[in-house]
Amino acid sequence: MTDLLKSLRYTLLALLASLLVGAVIIVVTDIDALKVGDYGKAFTTVLTAYRSLFEGSFWGLRSISNTITGTTPLLLSGLAVSVAFKAGLFNIGATGQMLAGGMTALWVGFTMSGPGWLQVPLAVLAGAIGGAIFGGIAGVLKARTGAHEVITTIMLNSIASFLVLWLLKTTLFQREGRPDPISKLIADEAHLPRLFGFLEGRSDLVAHSGFFVALLATYGYWYLLKRTTLGFELRATGLNSDAAKYAGMKSKTLMVVAMLLAGGFAGMAGATEVLGTYGYASTSLAGNIGFDAIAVALLGQSSPIGTLVSALLFGALQAGGRSMQANTDVPVDLIIVLRALIVMFVAAPLLVKAMFRVKSQFSAQGQTFRGWGG
Amino acid sequence: MIKRKGLKSAALAIAAFSLIAGACGGSDSTVTEETVTEETTAETTAALPGEGILACQVTDTGGVDDKGFNQISYKGMQDAEATLGVTIDLLESASDADYAPNLQNFADKGCNIIVTVGFLLGDATKAAAEANPDKNYAIVDSAFDPPIANARGLVFSTDQPSFMAGYLAAGMTKTGVVGTFGGINIPPVSIFMDGFAKGVAYYNAQKGTKVKVLGWDTEKKDGTFAGNFNSLDDGKNIAKSQADEGADIIFPVAGPVGLGSAQFAKESGGKVKIIGVDVDMSISNPDAAEVYIASVLKNIDAAVLAAITDTVNGVKTSDNYVGTLANGGVGVAYTAVPAELQAEVEAIGAGIADGTIKI
Repeated sequence: MTDLLKSLRYTLLALLASLLVGAVIIVVTDIDALKVGDYGKAFTTVLTAYRSLFEGSFWGLRSISNTITGTTPLLLSGLAVSVAFKAGLFNIGATGQMLAGGMTALWVGFTMSGPGWLQVPLAVLAGAIGGAIFGGIAGVLKARTGAHEVITTIMLNSIASFLVLWLLKTTLFQREGRPDPISKLIADEAHLPRLFGFLEGRSDLVAHSGFFVALLATYGYWYLLKRTTLGFELRATGLNSDAAKYAGMKSKTLMVVAMLLAGGFAGMAGATEVLGTYGYASTSLAGNIGFDAIAVALLGQSSPIGTLVSALLFGALQAGGRSMQANTDVPVDLIIVLRALIVMFVAAPLLVKAMFRVKSQFSAQGQTFRGWGG
Repeated sequence: MIKRKGLKSAALAIAAFSLIAGACGGSDSTVTEETVTEETTAETTAALPGEGILACQVTDTGGVDDKGFNQISYKGMQDAEATLGVTIDLLESASDADYAPNLQNFADKGCNIIVTVGFLLGDATKAAAEANPDKNYAIVDSAFDPPIANARGLVFSTDQPSFMAGYLAAGMTKTGVVGTFGGINIPPVSIFMDGFAKGVAYYNAQKGTKVKVLGWDTEKKDGTFAGNFNSLDDGKNIAKSQADEGADIIFPVAGPVGLGSAQFAKESGGKVKIIGVDVDMSISNPDAAEVYIASVLKNIDAAVLAAITDTVNGVKTSDNYVGTLANGGVGVAYTAVPAELQAEVEAIGAGIADGTIKI
């Protein structure tokens, strides 16, 4: 527990350090105030920016709703990267797995007709299966031929995005009367119900029950790691695959299983985006989420609770960033910078230590993943 | 945990950064320019018709500095600010998930007209327009079917200037082969290529020549596509393979991919020339300005300005704005074209505009 607190403390300090550097960037970009020597205005800009960053993520129902919407896919795809990390695999393919899962969920979403209580879970399940199959390809390639998963998952991302582009131009998927690659809308019953749907006339509260899917998946991930033999074997393989093999674990099968699980989580991320956020699919369905997921998993040190917290943080930054942009002239790109800074400071504890003159010894938290050639 | 010394050094660091920023502030021309316009309009708005009108733009994920349609649309916004006196605001989208919240933010802010850029925002714009019937919406490069009372599309007959460019290319080629390629096979892209090929065919019919077009088949409605809008390498490779087949003038319709083709043309040492797309590329791409002979213009800024002007005049319409040669929504910019040929091309443009030449 003290270890957890310690690592949390460094994460918080890293957050503070990135906010400080972010403040410098905001000040520097507000050239005009500086030129006339108006340091007060520069200071106010920073305050307003950070205040709207906070208000836009947590203040009021809409902000919370936006944070939840942003967190959902980040959490699920973060789990996709985390579970692979645990097994010693670096899954860069969350984007491709999201696209695959999104498309299978979409297909169920617009072809099936039936009551929502049946259709929604089936569509989410279809997304998980679609993603799992796609993720499994990289696992099988690694187990059978030794092809490095970093290479194959990156390549599979491109394959997925072109596959989606092609699919969206086929008559099966493309919306009638639209020249551009955009899918049909899913059936009304297939929509993930909105969390605040019970409030009349609040169509701006877009958060959907995909968040519960994500929370459930996080619990499932925790249960898998801590309570099942499979989870133990995955962790053992991740920490030392030779020792795990010597102990009688089938490391090749475990690789495939890990990638199936990873793909399943990412596929659910794609499914909740299609069924909850958009209601259709486009080529940019996965956006940058698959890569942000790597940062989420790194920041959360691949633990279930860590991934949850860092996904929440990133989701909050995404939601808050929009209102920051709307209320100040600070561009939304600052959020990308802040996220990068947070990851950097977390990855470089010595830097944070030096910045804040922390005396105590920092011990690196566990092992996240093995490097190239491992 | 945090010691005062640490904070002090952080503060010092900030101060140091500020000094550096102050010193190099003069070089940041875009920022300065923007404020200058803001200040001048603030002084002169009193007599302008758009006073009190708030015009807002939501970009797609390309951002406002994409050297592409987001940026040109924003230029239209700035023109409206300068000429009509409207107040303008901008929100950039970092991902598809930002479209709806950004539109919601603007609806809350009381924007009178909201301009969205690109078909990716189509569904979000439709939803926002239906939820806010008192506001005007306009979307660049897309249209609504069925129409929405308070939303209109800003679309462009780019086949017209492309036809002129095709004629121009056929008139300038030395090898008798010209090429074109697109980013992705969608109508807003292929319409350029189709117009270009038809322009070449028109030249052949008029002059009895046999100039060949690579990269587009007007019968099959298919041709060469990079498959994306961002790989400069693809632009280079496609240009190279077309040059290997003899093309000496290439018309890339693929955004930044075309910059790769321009780079290839530059390296070819004058053997291959490029026709720019969307904006006058001899100006927007100064690194390779010498490779452009002309550019096909899609004046999105004019369309945005026209839409805002309508809102200022109290016009609410679902009719699309269609940019044509006749209304100046599209055009051709000449960079290095012989005067005689330019006059011929201009005559063809006039013919298209008055309907005597059918594409």
